[in-house]
Amino acid sequence: MKSTKTILTGAALSLVAGSAFAGSHMASEMTIVSWGGAYSKSQLNAYHNPYSEMTGVTILNDDSSSTAVAKLRAMNEAGNITWDVVDVEAAPAMQLCDEGLAMVIDPDTMLAAAPDGTPASEDFGDMLVSECFIPQIVYSTTFGYRTDLVGDTAPTSVCDVFDTAAYPGKRSLFSVPINTMEWALLCDGVAKSDIYDTLETEEGQDRALAKLDTIKDDVIWVSAGSDTPQLLADGEVIMGATYNGRLFSLIEEQKQPVAMIWDGQVMDLDGWIIPAGLSPERQARALDYIMFATDTQRLADQAKWISYGPARKSSAPLVGKHADLGIDMAPHMPTAPENLSRAFLMNYDFWADYRDDLDAKFQAWLAK
Amino acid sequence: MAALTVISRKPLSFVLSVTALLGALLGVLMGMSMGNAPLGLIAGAAITAAVAYIATSAIPEERTARYGLSAAALIAGLYFFGLVGALSGVLWGWFLGWFIFWLYEGGYRARLHPYLTPGQVLWYFTFRIICGLIFAFLIIPIIVVMPLSFNAQDFFTFTPEMLRFDPAGYSLKHYNDFFTNNEWQRSFKNSLIIAPIATLVSVSLGTLAAIGLSQSHVPFKRAIMAILISPMIVPLIISATGMFFFYAGMGKFLEHQIGLDKNLVGYMKVVLAHAILGIPFVIITVTATLVGFDNSLTRAAANMGANPVTTFFRVQMPLILPGVISGGLFAFITSFDEVVVIMFVGSASQKTLPWQMFTGLREQISPTILAVATILVALSILLLTTLELLRRRSEKLRGMTPA
Amino acid sequence: MSASTNTEPMLSADGKPLKQSLARALRRQKIRALLLIAPLLIFIFIAFILPIISMLFRSVENDIVATTLPQTVAALETWDSSTGELPDEAVYAAFASDIQKAAKAKVHTKVGLRLNYEQSGIASLFKKTARKAKKWDMETDGPFKEKLIDVHKGWGKIETWQTLKVHSSNYTSGYFLNAIDMRKTADGPEFQPENKQILLTLFGRTLIMSLIITGSCLLFGYPVAWLLANLPMRQANLLMILVLLPFWTSLLVRTSAWKVMLQQQGVINDVLVNLGLVSDGARLVMINNEIGTIVAMTHILLPFMILPMYSVMQTIPPSYVRAAKSLGATNTTAFWRVYFPQSVPGIGAGSILVFILAIGYYITPEIVGGTKGVFISNRIAYHILRSLNWGLAAALGTILLVAVLILYWTYDKIVGIDNVKLGG
Repeated sequence: MKSTKTILTGAALSLVAGSAFAGSHMASEMTIVSWGGAYSKSQLNAYHNPYSEMTGVTILNDDSSSTAVAKLRAMNEAGNITWDVVDVEAAPAMQLCDEGLAMVIDPDTMLAAAPDGTPASEDFGDMLVSECFIPQIVYSTTFGYRTDLVGDTAPTSVCDVFDTAAYPGKRSLFSVPINTMEWALLCDGVAKSDIYDTLETEEGQDRALAKLDTIKDDVIWVSAGSDTPQLLADGEVIMGATYNGRLFSLIEEQKQPVAMIWDGQVMDLDGWIIPAGLSPERQARALDYIMFATDTQRLADQAKWISYGPARKSSAPLVGKHADLGIDMAPHMPTAPENLSRAFLMNYDFWADYRDDLDAKFQAWLAK
Repeated sequence: MAALTVISRKPLSFVLSVTALLGALLGVLMGMSMGNAPLGLIAGAAITAAVAYIATSAIPEERTARYGLSAAALIAGLYFFGLVGALSGVLWGWFLGWFIFWLYEGGYRARLHPYLTPGQVLWYFTFRIICGLIFAFLIIPIIVVMPLSFNAQDFFTFTPEMLRFDPAGYSLKHYNDFFTNNEWQRSFKNSLIIAPIATLVSVSLGTLAAIGLSQSHVPFKRAIMAILISPMIVPLIISATGMFFFYAGMGKFLEHQIGLDKNLVGYMKVVLAHAILGIPFVIITVTATLVGFDNSLTRAAANMGANPVTTFFRVQMPLILPGVISGGLFAFITSFDEVVVIMFVGSASQKTLPWQMFTGLREQISPTILAVATILVALSILLLTTLELLRRRSEKLRGMTPA
Repeated sequence: MSASTNTEPMLSADGKPLKQSLARALRRQKIRALLLIAPLLIFIFIAFILPIISMLFRSVENDIVATTLPQTVAALETWDSSTGELPDEAVYAAFASDIQKAAKAKVHTKVGLRLNYEQSGIASLFKKTARKAKKWDMETDGPFKEKLIDVHKGWGKIETWQTLKVHSSNYTSGYFLNAIDMRKTADGPEFQPENKQILLTLFGRTLIMSLIITGSCLLFGYPVAWLLANLPMRQANLLMILVLLPFWTSLLVRTSAWKVMLQQQGVINDVLVNLGLVSDGARLVMINNEIGTIVAMTHILLPFMILPMYSVMQTIPPSYVRAAKSLGATNTTAFWRVYFPQSVPGIGAGSILVFILAIGYYITPEIVGGTKGVFISNRIAYHILRSLNWGLAAALGTILLVAVLILYWTYDKIVGIDNVKLGG
């Protein structure tokens, strides 16, 4: 009988402990959704910690950005929104905005002006791709390669990925049509400006898949952001597509024999949205946080921990050195002029229309 | 099984051919790695057979042979392959010394029935080797990744430094990360809160229902059983989405209508969701134990004036406890290792260890998850030992002797 | 019964007829049993069964078109989609008024997204149109036919209106058709174009691979369970740790362990290359394909096979096999004719458990399966988390669930679910 009693007492204790633990964070707390890992760490250092220090608000991290649209939609349907600020890429932000799941932001009243007084709408400029989206960083999806495994002539062009004769070995690509099909067409001789018109047609789609057929057996298809860096570190692939921040960390922080190609990289934005339908009190707090976290200095600060470019023009000159390594970060930004010259811009509207269709075709092609 | 067979010496020809076979196998492997398999085969067979001949005919005592062989293999290994060679040499020499005499003195038959034919003896050992290989399949992947938790780099890769046993290739930083990083600590704490309570809920409700189910005249027994074990049948991703909507509604009601604390409601949601997933395991294990339960015991207790509650706790419970505990452990591990449902039903303040591990695996590369796994394996060994002790105690209670 | 015995009914101690009091006792027993079961049954029913049913109900639910565009749907009823002519002005005017209301309520994109699953481009068609339509005056700005075609040429295409009409009913079979690689068109159901067919392949693959995984678990699990059941208890428990340890270890860790083991620069390939069994240039491809999924899932599910088989085998008395042998049976005969039949319930329990768990897995295939080793659950997860096509996800889930239920039912008929045991 002793054991039963022990179990019961233990359970009662843990219940009490549980509720005590649960009760202790109440006062003023907000949930911020982001990606986790190094990216969340850079936000913690640049935004969350200073903000908490300043206001006493406790910030809770939820690493759900990769599934944010689905969850926000479900929360909205259930009428119980538990998130205060959400970090998403531009395309999902546009979708959330269209569905009325994100709050409309007026940049000039809700966001901080640049130090010289330039209003936020001008300072962000083209980056304001949706009326609900507050851009934070510019990132690129690009290729990294193993310097010791690619032979004497290092690859310089995105099309070297499709050249299995010059660069034999495996390469890794994301198992989604976005970016992959654009690269295929680009390397099949389609001009950058014609790519999306071509992709709209059946023939263009077949052409992209036919180009991908030439390297299909040499590709390891990945689904998570951490896959390609791991594969490169293992020497499992000789080149692979991932985000430029991951490659920076691989090269500079982890000192792996890896280099990156700044060619044909696809630029995209990542930023904040505030869910629609928050209580006025929570909404005010979320706006206060956004005002703070997207000002010129804060955006520049984030680049100390991760190599993504600040979305404000006024932040660019303030980008300093890496917090631990002391390297000058400016040349590693996807927004640095010399990196920008051969970049490729994604067409959000095209993918909003064609994602479902092309994804079905792409998956069917992959399964063949 | 433990019939003692009188053992006797075996003919030399038998010992030599079996050891030669073993030597040939090893020789082929070594020969292949040096690019000459046939030579390895012949040399391996010849050398081991010769060693066996010398050992059995010239050295009268097993112990001397074993030490001698180990020493010889150590020197040979050191001379040809360096430190690693010496280490494996000692082990190999020791094993060979034991193996030769095990065959020669007939020790391998000591624990078998005396009437077995040689074919049966061969099958007996082949079967055990097959089982050994399956156990190896089960355990090797886990043992292999453990050293990676001491990796000085942030990857799941055996670096050249690690393979050279260079101390620079190793570090405790991933353990340090686990113990100092807030996110890991919080999720570990959450798992330790959620899993036991969820287990308690599923065990108490599940045991009651299992007792009800095991009564003789239960109407709609099959349908009820099907409903109760349905959480195991429905694919997890469907359960996760379905439960999300239910618990979001429930959470809203509890927070706004009843006015409960947001975090408390959050924990309740996760606990209930996990309890549901654990229930089928409890039902199945407890009904299985109840199948053999002798109902005259409860009648006897009632006869002597015990009320049903007393009867349950004093008579029935102790007897079905092993089943309850085993079901509880299944339920516990279901909650403790659950990734899909928690990501839907839980919110950030209820983040559990598997959720954090999932982020660790997908959004960043962090061997911290291996450090956590190593710690948890150590904990589970502790848990299993406790369980085994409990089992032995319950056996003693029931007056059974270990088989 | 004869009349003479019937006159005097048998009485129990309290003077009531025995039959009656037995019936009452039985009823009381039934009620007590049900009372014990009730809390859990109600709990599971409310907190699990109902939510799942309402989730699966999304596979036929389709009221979004009709509620958002009510006038259009009504107006389209008289339009014959097979004539090859565009609908008349009345339909366009109804649509203009509907889309204006929808745009003001910010619900137009939801319909757009819903119809975009059926025909690419409708999402942006709706978005563009709604932006313009917000400013229209319904009284004066007509006629709307040219106006709408002017905004987007999509309104001049007959397919757009056909899609709208086909998917305007409150309940639809469209998601189920999609789930089996077909689609609903104006001319009735037809197969998707070949380059979009994938789901049937995935169903087939899920089924075959789950069977292979169950088979290999059985193959590996049987000898181990036999050994554990026939060794002395203390040794068996020691070996049991080797089974339970992987079982306790996180699924994610075990999956990544297999990644470390199986990849081309992984442990197994390194060992093989060092032994010279495989040349450095021809390292084996064992991951990101079917092999990776099968190996990793066999490893993960093996304990679920071993534990039920072990608990059944423990109850098989060794004396039966001994008796068979003493009557002259060979080892093989004694095993196949005496031991094996008694172990069948264990095999059944283990197999059904492993198969059911395997068929619904998605995290392990996602990590080690590459493109050839993913299951239908991965597609369900994709539609729930990424494409947000919950109707299709629910339809896929329903089909999967029905398959599992049929299996469960068959199993129950053949072996009986009461025989399922897990350790203990």
